[in-house]
Amino acid sequence: MIIEAVIQPFAEFGFMRRALVGCLAISLGATPVGVFLMLRRMSLTGDAMSHAILPGAAIGYLIAGLSLGAMTLGGLIAGMLVALVSAFISRATAAGEDASLAALYLISLALGVLIVSTRGSNVDLMHVLFGTVLALDDGALVLLCSIASLSVITVAVLFRPLVLECADPQFLRSVSRLSALTHFTFLTLVVLNLVGGFHALGTLMAVGIMILPAAAGRFWVSSPGALVGIAVLIAMLSSMSGLLLSYHYSFPSGPAIILVAGLFYTLSLVIGPFGGVLPQMIPRKHLKA
Amino acid sequence: MSAAVQFRNLTLGYDRHPVVHHLDTAIDSGSLTAIVGPNGAGKSTLLKAMMGTLRPLEGSIGVDTLAPADIAYLPQQSAIDRAFPIAVADLVAMGLWRETGALGGLRKTQRHRLHHAIAAVGLSGFERRPIGALSGGQMQRALFARLLLQDARLFLLDEPFTAIDARTMNDLLGVIRRWHGEGRTILAVLHDFETVRAHFPNTLMIARELIAHGSTEAVLTAANHLRARTMAEAPDPGAAVCDRRSA
Repeated sequence: MIIEAVIQPFAEFGFMRRALVGCLAISLGATPVGVFLMLRRMSLTGDAMSHAILPGAAIGYLIAGLSLGAMTLGGLIAGMLVALVSAFISRATAAGEDASLAALYLISLALGVLIVSTRGSNVDLMHVLFGTVLALDDGALVLLCSIASLSVITVAVLFRPLVLECADPQFLRSVSRLSALTHFTFLTLVVLNLVGGFHALGTLMAVGIMILPAAAGRFWVSSPGALVGIAVLIAMLSSMSGLLLSYHYSFPSGPAIILVAGLFYTLSLVIGPFGGVLPQMIPRKHLKA
Repeated sequence: MSAAVQFRNLTLGYDRHPVVHHLDTAIDSGSLTAIVGPNGAGKSTLLKAMMGTLRPLEGSIGVDTLAPADIAYLPQQSAIDRAFPIAVADLVAMGLWRETGALGGLRKTQRHRLHHAIAAVGLSGFERRPIGALSGGQMQRALFARLLLQDARLFLLDEPFTAIDARTMNDLLGVIRRWHGEGRTILAVLHDFETVRAHFPNTLMIARELIAHGSTEAVLTAANHLRARTMAEAPDPGAAVCDRRSA
């Protein structure tokens, strides 16, 4: 009965299978990036970046309509511009990365809203903001899986410098020239994954699948590698459960997926052994040494 | 003896206000030198400039014989995020970066050295503990262990013994003596003159300007201390442009 409810939608409908493949790809690609965003204390950066992508996608839409290529390219250009310019500002001037990023993304977001509201209809805006995971075509799937593959390989190759860049950037700069390369490559990955994610989940929800599993995983493990593993697992479970919920109860799928991830987060917050609320409240006799 | 570091008419500062003013001296290769001076004298600024994170307002620093990776730096306030989920052994193992790079694994001999370095600073048993569980002094010891693995030619230590108990300080001084014996160059910013007298043959005293540089005995005199204390700490907002060519 339960198995039927879990398997049947995917077995029966092609659009559900496509949605699942798309979401699993996003989970695999975007979640490790989210883990490093969190470890760098840049959890809110993902949100800022997702807004920064909007004008690019909107311009792409204006030029070519609802075209995958044009909107992806536009989003990519806008996102990279904001990410790289703000990273450059923070490395070259006294301004912090948060301030320069906030300044640029707000400019970018205002521009995006202006473009969308003068030319597009509300339906299109909803499409960009909330995605269309149940209507992923071949092109979108190839894009999502390519981004996920590229992302996984890059994170694997740059894992050590990424950890070091988060834990002790000063030291990395003193022993290696990889610091700047790592920083910029990482921001590129953030933008790539957000652009990929917005086709499926929308610009706003794409951030959720990045950050929520990472934030939940933090309550279960205490090493960067294990954190990536458990976050990806949580993201995949959330994707599948969210899709099923949206199928059975006709919820919009993007928010359903993110809310399941939110549920994982809340649960971890309460019972997670590393800093969870309950484990801290349970009185346990201390050890001898 | 050749110079490991050459300061040539070096002026460092922030917003055009000099913190180190027309410094002209050289640090001998293989020397063990303490840098002393009052707060705001430019000691940390000098180390930062040697690491290349601060560009001189005038003059230059010559570390010609050394590659960037030959210089190891212990900052006064490490930028390490203490909440970062990383084990002590992994933090210390970063000192092997020069040998492993971004991708290389640890060979058996390197694991052995890692183990030794952790033992040398008295942190055996803490290998798998997260760095967030260390006390301030223990963290400083872990950073020292990382320096041990860096195999540098020049060590820049900015107040290395802050928050460290007497026994650990003795252990760490032993480490520094060993580096000195191996012909490495060490520059350490210190405030405790007793430690300087007992363990550092050379001293560089600055108070924005160079006060004295030479053997510790000759530098740590009452007259020099008095000169160092007369330095005005705050920048003068109405200061004129400096037209001194060379000290």
